[in-house]
Amino acid sequence: MTGGEGARKLIALGAIWAALLLAPYWMPPLGGYTALGTRVLVLGLAAMSVNFLLGFTGVLSFGHAAYFGLGAYGAGLALKFLAPSTPLSLICGMLVGGIAGAVLGALIVRRRGVYFAMVTIAFGQVFYYIAFQWSSVTGGDDGLRGFSRQPLDFGVFSIDILSNAENFYYFVLLCFALAAAAMGFVLRSPFGRTMIAIRENERRARFLGIPVERHIWIAFTLSCFFIGFAGALYALLNNFADPKGLHYSQSGDFVIMAVMGGMRSFWGPLLGAAVFVILQDYLSSITVNWMSFIGLLFVLVVLFFPRGLLGAIRRKVQA
Amino acid sequence: MTQLLLFNITNGLIIGAFYVLMALGLSLILNLSNVINFAHGGFLVVGGYIAYTITPYLGFWGALLVAPPLTAVLGLAIERALIRPLYGRDPLYSLLLTFGLAFIFEDMTRFIWGAQGLPVTIPAFLARPLSSEFFFITGYRLFMVGMVIVSVTLLFVLLRYTRLGIRIRAGTLDLETVSALGVNVRMLRSLNFAVGIFLAGLSGVLAAGQLGLEPTMGAGLLMPSFIAIIVGGVGSLTGTLLGGLLIGVASGVTAVYFPSASEAVMYVLMAVVLLIRPRGLLGEEGMLT
Repeated sequence: MTGGEGARKLIALGAIWAALLLAPYWMPPLGGYTALGTRVLVLGLAAMSVNFLLGFTGVLSFGHAAYFGLGAYGAGLALKFLAPSTPLSLICGMLVGGIAGAVLGALIVRRRGVYFAMVTIAFGQVFYYIAFQWSSVTGGDDGLRGFSRQPLDFGVFSIDILSNAENFYYFVLLCFALAAAAMGFVLRSPFGRTMIAIRENERRARFLGIPVERHIWIAFTLSCFFIGFAGALYALLNNFADPKGLHYSQSGDFVIMAVMGGMRSFWGPLLGAAVFVILQDYLSSITVNWMSFIGLLFVLVVLFFPRGLLGAIRRKVQA
Repeated sequence: MTQLLLFNITNGLIIGAFYVLMALGLSLILNLSNVINFAHGGFLVVGGYIAYTITPYLGFWGALLVAPPLTAVLGLAIERALIRPLYGRDPLYSLLLTFGLAFIFEDMTRFIWGAQGLPVTIPAFLARPLSSEFFFITGYRLFMVGMVIVSVTLLFVLLRYTRLGIRIRAGTLDLETVSALGVNVRMLRSLNFAVGIFLAGLSGVLAAGQLGLEPTMGAGLLMPSFIAIIVGGVGSLTGTLLGGLLIGVASGVTAVYFPSASEAVMYVLMAVVLLIRPRGLLGEEGMLT
């Protein structure tokens, strides 16, 4: 790595965090609102979790919405039936998503490529049907209601994150930062380097004595923990958990966010999520046919932007 | 009780036969071109709506004859324009592209034909039940099963005895060698895609006669076909056939004892099969893993 590139990276990193920290101040003048920024953070974290597997291990999971939705239901049920505590609900959501991922992951890590994608989609749908049918617990088609995020209680003082959108934004940003740091830490570790080795040349990695299946299983499980956490945040954001959040079309949204932003980069999925969320918000407000436009977006990204926005920018910079 | 069980097994077989028709098309495209065609359900719906539109002019039989080829032509156009550039790239891209197409199909059918369900008229003699004892078997259901049997037989004859079919099967095993032997692989893929979409269109017309038409019906029928392929083993068409019938019967029987789980049982079946035979019932070592 040359000195110039290192400096550029630092500047980019500083710019990203500055933009995120100041979002409640610059978004409203541009026509946004704070809750939209929170949505971007949460869905961005989910897309980054998908990309942890897709972009850095090279394994195509198309069923990650299941673990996202499980995180949401885990958090919602914990708030509703266990205890009115926001941190507890986050932990519950993360555990539910992660453990489900660990169990199912063990069943599917031996598959590759399209077969892996199909099996992940199909298994993801199991949870959709459970949430849809088991209405006495999950609320069925109407979704899980009757819970709301609780103030953060620190004993001497408490922070209201329910009615104050800005406080909640900063709370989510803190959670996002912790998760992103954990993700970055894993990717820089020898384990993360091994993931990339598997992506680049699985056969060679195997010949070097790397237990490929076990690594993929761990990466799959970790990414399910991350996305379960994102799902829990999503439930807190909406005070609501929706079976649609478990559906494979939600997985498709996550994957397109990752691809649109740039699969090979750490921050790409966040950028993709921002573009996607804002576009969806805007399109659904101006046309009833927004679904066609989102579909068109998928087609255009695949045909003309397969490297994603950050990939394209990076190429320009390097050229 | 026996009557009920019999009813549901028959029902399951009929539904299973229908899944088979759809899953075979998906499987053909997946095996040769490594494309998971998410838009397959969309093509099915389009086939159904085309049939709906031309039934007033040509009648049900005319629609049955004309709608599937028209759907195949649409499929061919889309393959040429959008999917062809993606061959040889990561399967992720064709998956995402067809995923987007599925959105467009659903929204456009809603835009053109409206969101509310539409009935499709079938000939009166097919709508009648066969006898009062077997009230649940209407002529149309038998006709559906008959159509599935005929098309599956024709497909297998095509694959086994025609030059195109033999090339498709060879290409599934080793496309590079087939190409080196002088076969036009682009053409082969296009034709194969068209055959797959033809089957989707045919499924659409048949489904329309039984269920009526709705823009969202494609998405609901897609997942069982996926499971049929996984259960049967990716890479094996006979496996797909078996898988489709199996999940149809399984969900039919479950509907008797535990109705709310009739959909979930397919997934349970899939999990069990994957535990015992990770490649699916008839999937073999060395085929698409």
